[in-house]
Amino acid sequence: MTATTLEDADRRKAWGFAAPALLWTLAFFVVPFLFMAAMSLWKREGREIVRVWNLDNYLRFFSESALLQGLINSLEITVIVTVLSVLLAYPLAWIIAERVPKRFQRMALILAILPFWTSYVVRSYSWLLVLSKNGVINQMLTSAGLIAEQLAIASTRTATVIGFVHFFVMLLTLTIYSNLIQLSPNYRRAAADLGANAFQTFWHVVLPLTLPGIMTGAFLTFVLCIGDYVTPQILGGNNELVLPQIIMLQLGRRADFPMAAALSIILMLAVTVAYVLCARWLKIERA
Amino acid sequence: MMQSLRDGAHLRRFFSSVAGSAIVAASFVSVPASAFATEELNALVWCDHTDPALVEPFEKANDVKVNLKVYEGTGAALSILDQSRPGDWDVLVIDGVDVHRAIDLDLLAEMPAGALPTADIFPEVRMEANNTKDGKTYAVTEKFGYNTVSYDKSKVDPKDMQDLSVVFSDKYKGRIALYDYYLPMIGLAGLGLGKKTAELSEADMPALKEKLAEMRSMSKQVSDVVSSQTALATGEVDILVGGGEWITAVLSADKPNLDWTIPEQGAVRWAQSIGVMKDSTKQDLALKFVQYIVSPEGQARLATSSCYWAMPANSKAGEHLTDPQKAALRFNEQAEYLKKTQLYPIPSTELDQQFQDAWTEMLQQ
Repeated sequence: MTATTLEDADRRKAWGFAAPALLWTLAFFVVPFLFMAAMSLWKREGREIVRVWNLDNYLRFFSESALLQGLINSLEITVIVTVLSVLLAYPLAWIIAERVPKRFQRMALILAILPFWTSYVVRSYSWLLVLSKNGVINQMLTSAGLIAEQLAIASTRTATVIGFVHFFVMLLTLTIYSNLIQLSPNYRRAAADLGANAFQTFWHVVLPLTLPGIMTGAFLTFVLCIGDYVTPQILGGNNELVLPQIIMLQLGRRADFPMAAALSIILMLAVTVAYVLCARWLKIERA
Repeated sequence: MMQSLRDGAHLRRFFSSVAGSAIVAASFVSVPASAFATEELNALVWCDHTDPALVEPFEKANDVKVNLKVYEGTGAALSILDQSRPGDWDVLVIDGVDVHRAIDLDLLAEMPAGALPTADIFPEVRMEANNTKDGKTYAVTEKFGYNTVSYDKSKVDPKDMQDLSVVFSDKYKGRIALYDYYLPMIGLAGLGLGKKTAELSEADMPALKEKLAEMRSMSKQVSDVVSSQTALATGEVDILVGGGEWITAVLSADKPNLDWTIPEQGAVRWAQSIGVMKDSTKQDLALKFVQYIVSPEGQARLATSSCYWAMPANSKAGEHLTDPQKAALRFNEQAEYLKKTQLYPIPSTELDQQFQDAWTEMLQQ
């Protein structure tokens, strides 16, 4: 067999293996996405969806401050949650990877992600009870004499952020931990040989090498957080709306699918921008 | 209204549907006798119909399995129907103000008026203008309630709750939750302006927006049904504007301090209707199900469904309700309450969008 024939055979085999995934993506992502994009360019008039191309939904989004504010709120909350989650998850992952004996690491990880085992909705309502005026936190602070008046935490952005961070710290811990345990100890030994102290080793060696894990987790956090409807709805008390809540508002009674599609496309654009910003760290292959 | 849950209360609907689906799923797990029934009936409903105590007697009596799908809003229901094949669905429960949307889409079948207990239904909720068209009956009111004021009587002065203006005043600032469904809430804002819900128009929008902003400034949160109940039950808030018996009645045994009333200015009334799908291949069985639901026994069970309680449309349902149930529902005070309340607004599609935009604007303030 010639080299060209072998290459053709390999290429056919590769396409054969990739075909199911490609077909799946085509059928369940590309086609629905194109349909949604087309829908976003239609318009709901009265009880009918008028299939005439126009940018009315997008113009409405940028001209109505309440809608635009939804995107701003989403971005603000998502950035806060992502940063806080990384700051909390990294030390946790590091402790599990570096300080917990190998034989207990699996147990430590299970304990860290234990809250994942409960329903997302139940967990959010549990936080509502914990953060409420007569909840556990206020009762503890009051009985300890630390506060005179109960804190208003539930139904605020703070409550939404707490609910999100609780969830995403678990996710980030996993991605960062998996990155940390793959680091060869030789890197640290080499740094020490060159005279670096513990902080310098971490800052100049460990942190850069674990950036892919951090960014992968941060990107996942960003995507899941910006598209989430449940947590802001339960914990935020509707004191501000995020974009997914505004999307739901279009569908609940009026079934304004074109406007909801336009808002969804805008949400996807925000995720795309986040991907572009993180792309250099999101490579699958190892450097 | 309440279930507007269906319509507006997305969340409430969302969570109600989750609960409803769980109940339905549980019923499959337990493999009831109906699992072996010879016939099946498919109904698109609100969560209150998923209570086994409501459906099982009909299933046993008719050797039928009733498959229930819960939806969260008229928009969602119409989407489900749009994606279904003709004949997939036999029965539809829908917001009373949206029956004509379904009729105009040719979804509902005419029902013989004589087959329904119309005379037994409270006159104010027969809603012929909504349930009929050109003299033909397409739906019948099965349940109703009020978007009014729910409160914790151990925390607020019940006398204050008789005056809507006090509820909106500084006196209870920060202790109020607003129910998250724009139609009834705009109706209540209209009442606050002295406007009848049926007369609200585009010209009222500036005043309505101002009133909504005023309500917002006094409130702590705007929440769906479950969150509103949680907030009242945990003391997070002391008053729920837009609440009613459907919020507090189901908690009456555990939380007797929670109460509701209709202020002097009145309140907004919601109603849900039930009808037979035009393309159903089981018209007779579907009609039989509707008849069961609006029968006194079915009505009592529907009124006290585990998902939410509300008033039965059939006035004879009282014969099947216990005294505590009647007390929680204020069953014996309905004559007075019905006089003081108005059906919530039924806006044109254009005005509906303005209502929704005003509500969105208020939430972002």
